[in-house]
Amino acid sequence: MQVPETFDYERASTVEDAIQRLTAHGDEARVIAGGHSLLPMMKLRLAVPEVLIDINDLPGLDHVRLDGDELAIGALVRHAAILDDPILGEHYPIFADAERKIADPLVRNRGTIGGSLCQADPAEDLSAVVTALKGSCVIQSANGRRTVPMREFHTGPWETAVGDAELLVEVRIPVRTSVGSSYHKVERRVGDWAVAAAGAFVQLDGDTIAAVGLGLSAVGAPDMTCPDAEQALVGGPASAEAFAEAARIVHDAVSPTADQRGPVDYKRHLAGELTRRALTDAARRARSGSDPVDSEEGNA
Amino acid sequence: MEVTITVNGTAVTRDVEPRMLLVHFVRDELGLTGTHWACDTTNCGACTLWVDDTPVKSCTMLAVMADGHTVRTVEDLDTGGQLNPLQEGFMQEHGLQCGFCTPGMLMTGQWLLDRDPDPDEATIREAISGNLCRCTGYENIVRAVRWAAEHGNGEAEATDDDASADVETSDEVTA
Repeated sequence: MQVPETFDYERASTVEDAIQRLTAHGDEARVIAGGHSLLPMMKLRLAVPEVLIDINDLPGLDHVRLDGDELAIGALVRHAAILDDPILGEHYPIFADAERKIADPLVRNRGTIGGSLCQADPAEDLSAVVTALKGSCVIQSANGRRTVPMREFHTGPWETAVGDAELLVEVRIPVRTSVGSSYHKVERRVGDWAVAAAGAFVQLDGDTIAAVGLGLSAVGAPDMTCPDAEQALVGGPASAEAFAEAARIVHDAVSPTADQRGPVDYKRHLAGELTRRALTDAARRARSGSDPVDSEEGNA
Repeated sequence: MEVTITVNGTAVTRDVEPRMLLVHFVRDELGLTGTHWACDTTNCGACTLWVDDTPVKSCTMLAVMADGHTVRTVEDLDTGGQLNPLQEGFMQEHGLQCGFCTPGMLMTGQWLLDRDPDPDEATIREAISGNLCRCTGYENIVRAVRWAAEHGNGEAEATDDDASADVETSDEVTA
């Protein structure tokens, strides 16, 4: 029987209230939302917070909406809502691609995007998605809000830019035209962490790649991406050869570790191949202008 | 700390430790042992119950987080001993062998049928992908959900049926 260490439980009523409580308790407190990362760690006593501050009741954090030239996603939006969201589906089917492979439907009913990003697990999927899309994270404190690019949000494994008296409140994604996006993940079984995963968006100007973003999960890619591969693609043709070359760059750039999910060479192979598939599907979706849910190629 | 949770339509108040998991609250505090407890790691789904009409794995939720909310467990599916169509489907299609996963399968399956009264096999398999069964190979569970879809599924229908309780049958499925 797995039982967490004892702790005090407080329920915050507003973002401001949550921040006041976080300020009062300092680094002894942890925020809990869906709890599907934190509670398992507490049951294993890998996390031993003295105070849990429940933010599930906070108003104004469960939205997905167009806000100017960005999509705004509240930190409390659950995986299940992301999977079904029509705005995200219209702009970035990469979200639905990833969500179908994140845990299982029951876990997706509880887990949140904010929790996923703040967990800062190097094998997590939504972090790779937001990294691919070059999104940003809005962090609120008693002094107001600040915005941190996703690629600077994780400061290390299980560490983020969110301070002790701060709360991640929103994730923002630039809206783009002539864009397609896709996510490919290989997992050993339903609900498992990725053996490797890659996501991409491709923005086209005719047949030329105007902008591109890559997100890589579980393969030891710094900041969960590969800027060299992105730079190699921008301004060039959206061709199979270009995507194969980008895949080769990713293959050589990542530094996965061997574990029960596979050896290094296999994960390196996957990082490249899944990058190629994600780019290929993203470009196809950009060309079609629609957002077909099913990719042409299944997972490996 | 004191929590009040509406479980299967009845508000219950208990004084619990914040670290008490919801699965232990319903089983140990309330004696509702239909909700099973197994892997403790959010994998197996035996502990699936509904919180605010949404199925969750109750080994990964604190009882205090359910304070002020509603919980529905497998004990609430039948009507006066009359099995609902999904429970009946599990019996008709032999959707269980040891029965350990059955409460979770039922709570997930009922949620699916409430949202999608006529799910195809792929939809059913995706819906129950967070519930592990080590006996049936899932074939009969999928058939059981399909049986319910083809035999009235909705609970409104069940309450329309003859309310005479078939106690023997009821015990067999909820044991």
